[in-house]
Amino acid sequence: MNEQDARAAVHAAIGEVAPDVEFDDVDEDARLRQDLELDSLDFLRLVETIDKATGVDIPERDYPAVATVKGLIGYLTQHG
Amino acid sequence: MPSLGADMQHGKLVEWLVKPGDYVRRGDLVAVVDTDKTVMDVESFQEGVVADLLVGIGETVPVGTPLARITQTPAEVGSPAHEAPTPRAPTTAHTVKPQHPDAPGPALGPPIAPPVRHLAHRLGVDTGKIQGTGKDGAITRADVEHAMAARAGGTSRVRSSPRARRLAAELGIGLSTVTGTGPDGAVTVADVQGAAAKVPTPGPPEPGPPEPGPVASAPESPAKGRAPSEEARERVASLRRAIGALMTRSKQTIPHYYLSTTLDLRAAVAWMQTVNAHRPVAARLVPSALLLKAAALAARDVPEVNGFYDDGGFRPSAAVHLGVAVALRRGGLVAPAIHDAETLPLDVLMEQLRDLVSRARAGRLQRAEMADPTLTVTNLGDLGVDSVYGVIYPPQVAMVGLGRVMEQPWAENGLLGVRYAAIATLSADHRVSDGLRGARYLARINELLQEPEHL
Repeated sequence: MNEQDARAAVHAAIGEVAPDVEFDDVDEDARLRQDLELDSLDFLRLVETIDKATGVDIPERDYPAVATVKGLIGYLTQHG
Repeated sequence: MPSLGADMQHGKLVEWLVKPGDYVRRGDLVAVVDTDKTVMDVESFQEGVVADLLVGIGETVPVGTPLARITQTPAEVGSPAHEAPTPRAPTTAHTVKPQHPDAPGPALGPPIAPPVRHLAHRLGVDTGKIQGTGKDGAITRADVEHAMAARAGGTSRVRSSPRARRLAAELGIGLSTVTGTGPDGAVTVADVQGAAAKVPTPGPPEPGPPEPGPVASAPESPAKGRAPSEEARERVASLRRAIGALMTRSKQTIPHYYLSTTLDLRAAVAWMQTVNAHRPVAARLVPSALLLKAAALAARDVPEVNGFYDDGGFRPSAAVHLGVAVALRRGGLVAPAIHDAETLPLDVLMEQLRDLVSRARAGRLQRAEMADPTLTVTNLGDLGVDSVYGVIYPPQVAMVGLGRVMEQPWAENGLLGVRYAAIATLSADHRVSDGLRGARYLARINELLQEPEHL
């Protein structure tokens, strides 16, 4: 998957899980838990939404790598 | 108007899910009510035929006000043969309401949105013979599909609960295509969900009528016409006031005492990771599920933390209805219950937790969930704090606080290692228990977490 598609997938998934997040204000270094205030259930739904949309199933051991918006986009670019 | 929480004084009716002539069973959802805290479904407390709706949409009434009159009748009245599609009842309030903005001009029929009219036309359903169940008596997709189903089955109309009907409409499933397993072949919510699971993907939904949008679209709402953001702000402010009043009452009447302990989560997290490694995302567990289950089980062993304190003193509860404090993304929080949490297998509890949190955030909780938690857990650790000391929700007598699950240095037997751990706290009511029992409760949670496979 190219970076543009990955970014679109990430934006769409976050938009579904946390509809109040305004992407114009979001720095890609933003941390999903701390800065976007996703709790563990939100995060699980995010991973699930991304899996459904892109077919990339992020295993639990890789969660630290996808802790930021940028990390998540990078992960999808590599694995998608 | 049932009480949907200890602090509730009044509620606003925002949607009727039934209409006069409908047959309802105990537990069928009949109305949607807006309290200061959230929007909730209200179920019927009796079985019978809805004779009159006594409270109009948009009206705010005190707790205890009758909402509808239900006539007790023999079950046969509700049987298919007697339920021919009725022409629009001229006596209902619908006729005096202003026309729906989407209505086709000053026509005589009930309001109907163009896409629904199109659907009716396509299916050959005469909208003049349908009684609308939408806002202002508007005919909804569900009504049209319902009429279609009734016709397809000859005289036998598809029996279903209002909730099943609504779910089917939401999922775009025709009730006539669902095999009912309820009484007299009635279609239940489970049947609809089962049918939905079989449909690969529901076809692209046609633009339906504006969804009931319970809060924003109440016709006589004073907020009508305002920007949605303003209404959202007002809702947050009102929720803030409700929380403030309840927490003030708690602190003024309940002598709180506070304890904390560090939970050793090495076994629990290792077990969970092993289990999750073999599971698809949708079936994975989170540490919260294990912690909640342990908190529920421990409450069975230390009943002084589980129940209600009222005028008659402490009433322990046999079941553990575990309230889960859910932070709403736009501000505020609600604490609906997972019923009988101590008896639920971990996977079921996890599923209910996800369902509860997503519905709490969407503002679609049910009356029973809000009204009766016997013990509440707040899980702020999920958002990064090390520990949290909650304020007890009256009339409950304890609040459990769960901190962040993190790796920590851990000394044992003269050796230093690293383990997953979290700080659990207890705020408890001194009128009911002392520190000794409270300490036992927290220690019991820790013990249970050492054998995660038995949770």
